[in-house]
Amino acid sequence: MNIHEFLSPPVESARRTGPHDRIVMSSRVRLARNLRDTAFPGWAKKAERIKALETIRPAVESLPQLVGAFSETMDNLGPLDKQILVERHLISREHAAKSAGSGLVLNKEESLCVMINEEDHLRMQALRPGLLLKQAWLAIDQVDSELERKLDYAFTSELGYLTACPTNLGTGIRVSAMLHLPGLVLAEQINQIIQSVNKLGLAVRGLYGEGTEALGNVFQVSNQMTLGEVEVDIVERLNKVLLQIIEHEENARGMLLEKKPKIVFNFIGRAYGILANAHSITSKETMNQLSLMRLGIDLGEFPTADRALIDELFVITQPAHLQKKYTEKLSAEERDVLRADMLRERLRNVRRPDPKMPGNGGGSLDKRN
Amino acid sequence: MFCKQNPAKVHLTQIVGDKMQKVDLCEECAKQKGVNDDAGFSLADLLLGLGASHELAQATAGEDVKCPNCGFTQADFKKAGRLGCSQCYATFAEGLEGLLKSMHKGTKHVGKTPVALRQTRDLTERLKSLQKKLDRAVTAEDFEQAASLRDEIKVTKDQMTQLARIES
Repeated sequence: MNIHEFLSPPVESARRTGPHDRIVMSSRVRLARNLRDTAFPGWAKKAERIKALETIRPAVESLPQLVGAFSETMDNLGPLDKQILVERHLISREHAAKSAGSGLVLNKEESLCVMINEEDHLRMQALRPGLLLKQAWLAIDQVDSELERKLDYAFTSELGYLTACPTNLGTGIRVSAMLHLPGLVLAEQINQIIQSVNKLGLAVRGLYGEGTEALGNVFQVSNQMTLGEVEVDIVERLNKVLLQIIEHEENARGMLLEKKPKIVFNFIGRAYGILANAHSITSKETMNQLSLMRLGIDLGEFPTADRALIDELFVITQPAHLQKKYTEKLSAEERDVLRADMLRERLRNVRRPDPKMPGNGGGSLDKRN
Repeated sequence: MFCKQNPAKVHLTQIVGDKMQKVDLCEECAKQKGVNDDAGFSLADLLLGLGASHELAQATAGEDVKCPNCGFTQADFKKAGRLGCSQCYATFAEGLEGLLKSMHKGTKHVGKTPVALRQTRDLTERLKSLQKKLDRAVTAEDFEQAASLRDEIKVTKDQMTQLARIES
């Protein structure tokens, strides 16, 4: 079975729901592990990497949690396959660049994904929709505990799990959540939030992780320190901060609606206008406008649409997903046209936004008595 | 806070060794020193967090030490910001300490431990405490107690050998 047949269609994956999913799109806990005395993937020769892969892959495949999983080496995946996995947030961009000697094992529910020979020998991650960090931690902790019986981990009681980069040393844990924060961006409070989150020793990044921009007002918040703190404390601390960010986002939305409703409605109305009527649109603009439409849905402006539709469009309008539908290689310009065609078609039955002013009927600001 | 006569707008905190250094700069000085300029920061700062380049320089200073297991050198570490293998942590331990201090909450692991190791550790601790009790019993000439402690020590030691066999 190839990866396209294996992955759930975006129309289904967009329907996964979880706590706070209005703002928290997904939760993730990743653990980094390495084999004792074996050169880390970035330093190992190809033969050593292949040997490590051959040790790790069967151990991972034999886990009860990964029965019926998709398992493949990276050299057997085409560039388009890899890009699709990146667009689904299942593998890192770094892993997509790997070839022979690296591998991937992914379960059917797309809730468990193991990258072999990324920066570390093992990068295993548990994914959940909405804010479910504790659940994700428990799931990946269990996988790790079973793997430790089959693999000889590099571990010392002094420094914990030894990783290729000292920034991951100790617990090897990266706890993160993907947040949709259009309210904080529109209210121009986002930089303040990012700065205070940074001060707590947490990182804020763009949509695709390290060094990427926050397209579609989507931000990733994660822990940075991994040594000298217990896993559950790291999870708990991030959870607390996320609950605060959620509150700030809700407050920002409330404040905008109260003080600047016309500005909000203008953004959302224009977003709908462009997405439903454009004949050529880049993926970047699509994401930014979809973000505003998603906000409109949260605010009840689109009674005939739901968030799952927007979340599906978020995925299927990305370059690799779009390209996958066509056999011939598309240029960026061709993709922009096909993307616009797809958006017009999918938004055909979505009625135009119906803004509800707080207290009064729509549009009351414009009327003079 | 002021820098020269101007209000200080850029505040930097660097931890060097176990000392915290704070610098407060006005916008002009910050620009001059390249603090606002991303290019002025070293790769290490971007990769590992602010202030890491100084620690990295310390971690990679001195004669060229080479990892006996994988052949990785300090020069390689400086270039990549990544280590070669798990033994590199022992090889470059001295230089790494400051770096770890600057980027983490602590320098000692307190999180999850593989079960087999945890059991070994528990047994080692048990053995230590039994040994102490035995010494006390012998000093007090409580030979009945000492005999039973000796038996317990033997059982614990057997458990450790068994565990070591499973692990290897």
